[in-house]
Amino acid sequence: MYEIVSMKELVPDIFEAVVKAPEMAKKAKAGEFLIVMADEKGERIPLTVADYDREAGTITIVFMTIGKSTYKLSKMKAGDSYYAFVGPLGHASEIKDYGTVICVAGGVGTAPIYPIARALKKAGNKIITIQGARNKDLIFWEDKMASVSDEHIIMTDDGTHGRKGLVTEPLKEILERDGDKVGIIYAIGPIPMMKFSALTSKPFGNLTMVSLNSIMVDGTGMCGGCRCEVKGETKFTCVDGPEFDGHQVDWNLLGSRQRIYLDQEKESLDNYKAEEGA
Amino acid sequence: MGEEVVKKPKRKERMPMPEQDPKVRATNFKEVPLGYTEEMAIEEAIRCAQCKVPACVCGCPVNINIPAFIKEIAEGNFAAAARKIKETNALPAVCGRVCPQESQCEAQCVYNRMGRAICIGRLERFAADYERDNNLIELPEKAQPNGKKVAVVGSGPSGLTVAGDLIQLGYEVTIFEAFHKPGGVLMYGIPEFRLPKAIVESEVNYLVQLGVKIQYNSIVGKTVEVDELLGEKGYDAVFIGVGAGLPKFLGIPGENYGGVYSANEYLTRSNLMKAYKFPEYDTPIVMGKRVCVIGGGNVAMDSARTAVRLGADTYIVYRRAREQMPARGEEIHHAEEEGVKMMLLTNPVEIIGDEDNMAKALKCVKMELGEPDESGRSRPVEIEGSEHDIEFDLIINSIGANANPLLTKSTEGLELNKWGYIVADDYGKTSKDNVWAAGDIVTGMATVIEAMGAGRMSAMDIHEKLMGVPKNIEISPEALPDDLECTLPETKK
Repeated sequence: MYEIVSMKELVPDIFEAVVKAPEMAKKAKAGEFLIVMADEKGERIPLTVADYDREAGTITIVFMTIGKSTYKLSKMKAGDSYYAFVGPLGHASEIKDYGTVICVAGGVGTAPIYPIARALKKAGNKIITIQGARNKDLIFWEDKMASVSDEHIIMTDDGTHGRKGLVTEPLKEILERDGDKVGIIYAIGPIPMMKFSALTSKPFGNLTMVSLNSIMVDGTGMCGGCRCEVKGETKFTCVDGPEFDGHQVDWNLLGSRQRIYLDQEKESLDNYKAEEGA
Repeated sequence: MGEEVVKKPKRKERMPMPEQDPKVRATNFKEVPLGYTEEMAIEEAIRCAQCKVPACVCGCPVNINIPAFIKEIAEGNFAAAARKIKETNALPAVCGRVCPQESQCEAQCVYNRMGRAICIGRLERFAADYERDNNLIELPEKAQPNGKKVAVVGSGPSGLTVAGDLIQLGYEVTIFEAFHKPGGVLMYGIPEFRLPKAIVESEVNYLVQLGVKIQYNSIVGKTVEVDELLGEKGYDAVFIGVGAGLPKFLGIPGENYGGVYSANEYLTRSNLMKAYKFPEYDTPIVMGKRVCVIGGGNVAMDSARTAVRLGADTYIVYRRAREQMPARGEEIHHAEEEGVKMMLLTNPVEIIGDEDNMAKALKCVKMELGEPDESGRSRPVEIEGSEHDIEFDLIINSIGANANPLLTKSTEGLELNKWGYIVADDYGKTSKDNVWAAGDIVTGMATVIEAMGAGRMSAMDIHEKLMGVPKNIEISPEALPDDLECTLPETKK
């Protein structure tokens, strides 16, 4: 069993759990993911590693409540244990000195991008972070991101914090200004945000890595449920990714595949909420 | 009772096993065959000729002493029969259900020539079920601990066999399992209606009681490396039985649409994650109204029969003829009884999707049989101008698997063949020191019992290498005299 050491709601609907998993904590690297099951009847859901503490033997995950499985996770408290917690899985981010790196974090995507930015900073890169959310109440880990960034731009849709607008706006400005110094862009967040970040950087030709959060079962290449198309080729997010060149991802297909179970997910969540309410 | 048979002039037919009615069972996930009663089992067991040179034993990849356990059943000693089987097979309730006996033990039975082979599989199942259902399971005596530690990677058929053999020989055995449940393909692949999961868990539990430790949610190659197991973790040997694992796709356009599954995914959702009980269980599955399963093997039949139970109008699309289907005859028969329809000599060329990238039809061509190919089967050849679309809202690819590179890529010094399978000798020894491998990751997709047989070989070899105990050389069918004649019951004594 994998005990939850601490649990908190970072901002409305986004939770952070620190989990006892010494074996995984020894191995985990930025960019990798893990699979979590709340209980025996639960789904296996993939989450990107948000942080790890090798000494304490813990892994940090951050998730947003969307369906029944994430709601279940959000109800668990420190002292409770997950039924399964498997990883680390997938490929780690390629950490090296690229010169300047732009980290574009959208909403809950701030969590997986943080350890990547930290590792890249340590490798000698200049880190420009663009952190976006709908409004100021949804920005989390601002201090953490600031601590690993040379330049830190906050964007909100309504302008309640930082600049008003989408993350793609400063991205474009920086690329226009200093594009040739930018060795790599990391864009992690909701699919539309990653898609438009990739579209924004495409004309400039800067490599733009995105981290896909495809629906999975085993996470080890066995089922193929997480397949996506990159450069016209079928890839498995679990074993070939989760990071891919955002300029080559078939975003429409990815979006469709995320909607396969929409009706069932709704049914499941409605049932769960009714039970919880009762 | 034996005397009665001796006098009986007429040879009896095989004892049929009662089954759930096809119409009823097509709507539930309960096991299809219901098992023998005690009377049926005895009646079938006393047919056995008790051959002096039992060819059936040679036909069994784990060389169960078949005449001996059948004799126990004939004499009403059912639990003793189960224990006899367990001397060489730790998973009798599983094997009694999923082994292809017709091409193994029963194929070698002297009565098989007359189409009346003893129902060895059904008797095996009966003995194991009797012992379990009546709480008569007893643990055999183990050898004294020998101080050696063995890590087994994967808790599928080969891993469980190795674990079961070595634990009895005095080893400390830990199984590393990637999933949250044991059994590998027995759990995620084979459906409940063919192999109830409670039975798999019970047989695994027998090994746990013997002292086998299972570490779930541990992916060797990720959570822990093979070299770490042999190094700082202090294991004297590592056995790799991870299965083949990587689903094959056809490589036709449209395969990544929603509503297109690999059989691995479809079955794992249904069996391991219990999506057939959604929303009681959280994992969803695409139900489909008209479902097509591409392929003609046992996994295709399992997928099709699952789809039927989930309420779909279900078709098998297979590019060759019925006679060439690799599935067991019994599986095809069961599928058809339950309403699965066959579209034979039909080859898919494209999947057509709707505006939201969900599958809606399968474009196929008709085939005819041509000259034999390298497999000796007539090669299907496309009939020109035969292209046609068939409407389906769920398409399940069941055309096999490739080797999963997750463990092999992270393990240095492990020789692989060009397809990525581990190179191992007849005893599972790999090119890497103290590492053995068996089952699908060595041979490519095969059967449960073949993996178990190979696991047995590895266990013997590990024992020889670590403890210096020479391998028990097993009898093989080739070693039997050509003129093997068994005594028939009426002439016996």
